[in-house]
Amino acid sequence: MKIIVIGNGMVGHKFCEKLLTRDKKAEFQITVFGEEPYRAYNRVHLSEYFSGKTAEDLSLVDRHWYASNKIELYLDDAVVEIDKYNKTAISSMGRKLPYDFLVLATGSAPFVPDIPGTSKYGVFVYRTIDDLELITSYADKAKKAVVIGGGLLGLEATKALKDLNLETHVVEFAPRLMPRQLDESGAEFLKTKLEHMGIHVHLNKTASSVSGKEKVEALEFKDNSKLESDMVVISAGIKPRDELARDCGLRVGPRGGVIVNHKLQTSDPYIYAIGECALFEGMVYGLVAPGYEMADIVASQLTGTDKAFRGFDMSTKLKLLGVDVASFGDALAMENECRTIVFEDRVWGIYKRLNVSPDGKHLLGGILVGDASAYNILLQTYQNGLALPQNAEDLFMKSGAAAGKIAGGGIAALPNAALICSCEGVSKGAICCTVKDQGIYDLDGVKKITKAGTGCGGCIPMIKDIISETLKELGKKIKPAICEHFDYRRQELFDLVKVHGIKTFDEALDKFGNGAGCEVCKPVVASILASAWNELILKQATIQDTNDRYLANIQKGGTYSVVPRIPGGEITPDKLIVIGRVAKKYNLYTKITGAQRIDMFGAHVSELPLIWEELIEAGFESGHAYGKALRTVKSCVGSTWCRFGLHDSVSFAIRIEERYRGLRAPHKIKSAVSGCVRECAEAQSKDFGIIATEKGWNLFVGGNGGSKPQHALLLASDIDEKTCIRYVDRFLMFYIKTADPLTRTATWINKMEGGIDYLQNVIVNDSLGIGAQLEAEMQNLVDHYKCEWKEVVESPALRKHFNHFINQPGEKDPNVRFEELRGQKKAVDWK
Amino acid sequence: MNYSTTQDVQDIQWYPACMITDVPENGGVCVKYKEEQIALFHFARRGEWYASQNLCPHRRQMAISRGMIGSQCGEPKVACPLHKKTFSLIDGRCLSDEEDCGIKTYPVKVVDEYVYIGIAGEENGSEAICA
Ligand code: SRM
Ligand SMILES: Cc1cc2nc3c(=O)[nH]c(=O)nc-3n(C[C@H](O)[C@H](O)[C@H](O)COP(=O)(O)OP(=O)(O)OC[C@H]3O[C@@H](n4cnc5c(N)ncnc54)[C@H](O)[C@@H]3O)c2cc1C
Ligand code: SF4
Ligand code: FES
Repeated sequence: MKIIVIGNGMVGHKFCEKLLTRDKKAEFQITVFGEEPYRAYNRVHLSEYFSGKTAEDLSLVDRHWYASNKIELYLDDAVVEIDKYNKTAISSMGRKLPYDFLVLATGSAPFVPDIPGTSKYGVFVYRTIDDLELITSYADKAKKAVVIGGGLLGLEATKALKDLNLETHVVEFAPRLMPRQLDESGAEFLKTKLEHMGIHVHLNKTASSVSGKEKVEALEFKDNSKLESDMVVISAGIKPRDELARDCGLRVGPRGGVIVNHKLQTSDPYIYAIGECALFEGMVYGLVAPGYEMADIVASQLTGTDKAFRGFDMSTKLKLLGVDVASFGDALAMENECRTIVFEDRVWGIYKRLNVSPDGKHLLGGILVGDASAYNILLQTYQNGLALPQNAEDLFMKSGAAAGKIAGGGIAALPNAALICSCEGVSKGAICCTVKDQGIYDLDGVKKITKAGTGCGGCIPMIKDIISETLKELGKKIKPAICEHFDYRRQELFDLVKVHGIKTFDEALDKFGNGAGCEVCKPVVASILASAWNELILKQATIQDTNDRYLANIQKGGTYSVVPRIPGGEITPDKLIVIGRVAKKYNLYTKITGAQRIDMFGAHVSELPLIWEELIEAGFESGHAYGKALRTVKSCVGSTWCRFGLHDSVSFAIRIEERYRGLRAPHKIKSAVSGCVRECAEAQSKDFGIIATEKGWNLFVGGNGGSKPQHALLLASDIDEKTCIRYVDRFLMFYIKTADPLTRTATWINKMEGGIDYLQNVIVNDSLGIGAQLEAEMQNLVDHYKCEWKEVVESPALRKHFNHFINQPGEKDPNVRFEELRGQKKAVDWK
Repeated sequence: MNYSTTQDVQDIQWYPACMITDVPENGGVCVKYKEEQIALFHFARRGEWYASQNLCPHRRQMAISRGMIGSQCGEPKVACPLHKKTFSLIDGRCLSDEEDCGIKTYPVKVVDEYVYIGIAGEENGSEAICA
């Protein structure tokens, strides 16, 4: 099927792209005629030509694009006649080609008012690269320039002339600038801003003629005043290029524009019109985004999808001017009944106006002058009908993304269908998918793949926000590697260690890393090795964090604290006496911890093995207050004494603690068991918590205290002890294998795609079929448990390292100092 | 084995600190020299030895020898166990942050089974660097 496209502008080009992607069967042969000598270029960025961009820079595709896509392109050759009866197009160079369908994408020409003198030397329009070239060369000799037209394009031209170092004037016949987008106050603020920039603004002025001998000398007005000038740039609006259509008898509007229906067909169903030459429901769309949408619709019509054009939002943001100006939706409150909120700051020259629905719930439109950083998010809020906060005034207080947060939850609240890049028609969902499914994490990559942000570029800040929001959702840091020595994530390294049977840090470094390691990767690998094999961690003491290396927590001043395990918080009077005796003997400060244990502080490193020896003698073992490991399983007294207790929570807590004691993990793990729903053990604040029910136990996971407290989520209910332990086995092992370093279970689940539902499926329904394997791996760790303190106490080689001075064994650090407080000692304060 | 880290200075005095086997591989120990505390590290993977003051200038804690050693872009370093500030073992400068506090480093040499720490003549017994 033969398609002829007339016009190689922005929309004509987009049509080619769209048709190519939709033309799965390669049934279309496309021919394009362009009147300009350049391949389609980015007209929206035309003004950058002044700041040094070349035609090639502005070009939308490289020189080979058309040929390599088998499109015939005739540049510098305008179509001069359409023979719609014989379905042929004839060009100025005499080419005469038949078509099955014709697409008019002829754009528009600047509207030049019908006044004498506009053909004088020194009068320009502002539409094409050639126009700009003429302006630049003429501006060399000029000192003073006038722009006719204070609308969007006129102001852009004004700024460009100003940047060419001309004395610049802008003349508008309406009583205010940008009359279609701004209200009186907004326009007034804008005028002030422009005047500050040295631009002269003349309102209520209607030009009557351009005077001068051969070239421009002055612009004269209806009120008989005149403005002397060396050059005049006319930017008084656009006039659709409908001459071909008119000549061949297609219907056109009274003020120009080829009339189209919602399929974008003209009065001849074999001829379509798109972009700025089309007139849809009495309207010519002078922006690129609606044009692109039209291009897509015609491409889909031709390929058998019935998509229709339904009008388009005309929100705009002025770029380049050096003053932020934007308007969106029903900016002038002409169409709706609404409440208007206005914010003015004359010092900074900021004017903002929001039109909200009478009930204050929705944004209908608005105007921003002086600070348009919130434009994107406000536009989205308006387009997607997001609910406004209680005090819509708050939207003024913050700018940019902060305003977005207030406006109904910001980026995260936007539906996937939200159009982010209207130039290229890219939705939020498309950007998220590129990040999630294709693993593209940077702006450039996303731009390349989706084309979002490649048009006017106004949406770029929002694309960045969406990328980082999505990355956050995925739990990704921008650089996923552990550190400079290992280019893997913890989970990957864990698998490698398991698969390759790696037992030491050095082996891991040799095989998968580089350099000497550091304080970041060493503990990570140490934790992986411990979780993978559960061998004594002191075999590789030097890769352990200091607390793991000394099996105690280092304190201010360099001494250590000792926390023996007190499973479930249950302790006999005899054991209490032992703790008291030991603490007294070594002069240790004692305190009940926040987790039902007793902490002894202020032990010198050389005293640790001696203290442990005595504790072990009395039946204690290491409590792992150090290390990323299981801490305590807190209990409430439960059915043994409590009048409400349903089951024996203490016994179950002890059983749980003894099963998982010493277990190494990406972060510490805490647990608790409560005897009834009153929940005295605070099980719902633990990594896994168990609460007695009439029928058994409820198992909760992912609770957290600390700085970001979070309640645990129900994983399984009314299960018996055996099932409970099975699920906990699976849960902990799955966590150990897949979480990033230093990620508590709460954060791990928060970041998990599918969240608790997914986790439940894996743990309870065994959806991945790994349940039995996880249980076996856990059983292996349980079987290999040994008390770490005991291992040191019994090994002279290990004990040797519990000395402050290698060359003076037993001698304590003379620098350590204590003070007295309430009858006990304390470390002296930092200096 | 004969190894020394920093170029021999003229009137350097070599203090016999300990045996090679006293120092954990890829780890450190604290050596008492007169009233001074010196941290000594064995980078077994690279077959290198380094020494520095034991006092961490951050909060004036005697703790550097218990820190974890490693490398940053190839440069050997140590991280204080208390707040993980890191220091170069080549020139002692602080690698972690803006604070311009560094630590003193010492040359080390290994002869037979013994490790010696080099103490420059004029430096004998001098104060460690503090923030
Ligand atoms: C001793 C103790 C305070 C006390 O005197 O009561 C304590 C002391 C420390 N806590 Fe804690 N926490 C203690 C109970 C808690 C509790 C309450 C509890 O477990 O019931 C919490 C909140 C519950 C939770 O973890 O979800 C708690 C939340 C934290 C956090 C924050 C964790 C988080 O996910 O946000 C840290 C920081 C960390 O681990 O990264 C922390 C870290 C620390 C460290 C290890 C800080 C450090 O790196 O030096 C403290 C040194 C302990 C030591 O012995 O030298 N401690 N800490 C408590 C020891 C309990 C025990 O017997 O093991
Ligand atoms: C300076 C400037 C700044 C702008 N800034 C923005 C902006 O920020 N945002 C925005 O959305 N829009 C902006 N626009 C408007 C935007 O550029 C247009 O909406 C868009 O280019 C319309 O595309 P089009 O393909 O319909 O028309 P055009 O891009 O004008 O392309 C039409 C092409 O058809 C050719 N042609 C005409 N007749 C024939 C024929 N008979 N035979 C062969 N070829 C023919 C023309 O020479 C032209 O090359 C700006 C425009 C200008 C001039
Ligand atoms: S939670 Fe229930 S069983 Fe436990 S102490 Fe409180 S009331 Fe008693
Ligand atoms: S005391 Fe060494 S880092 Fe703080």
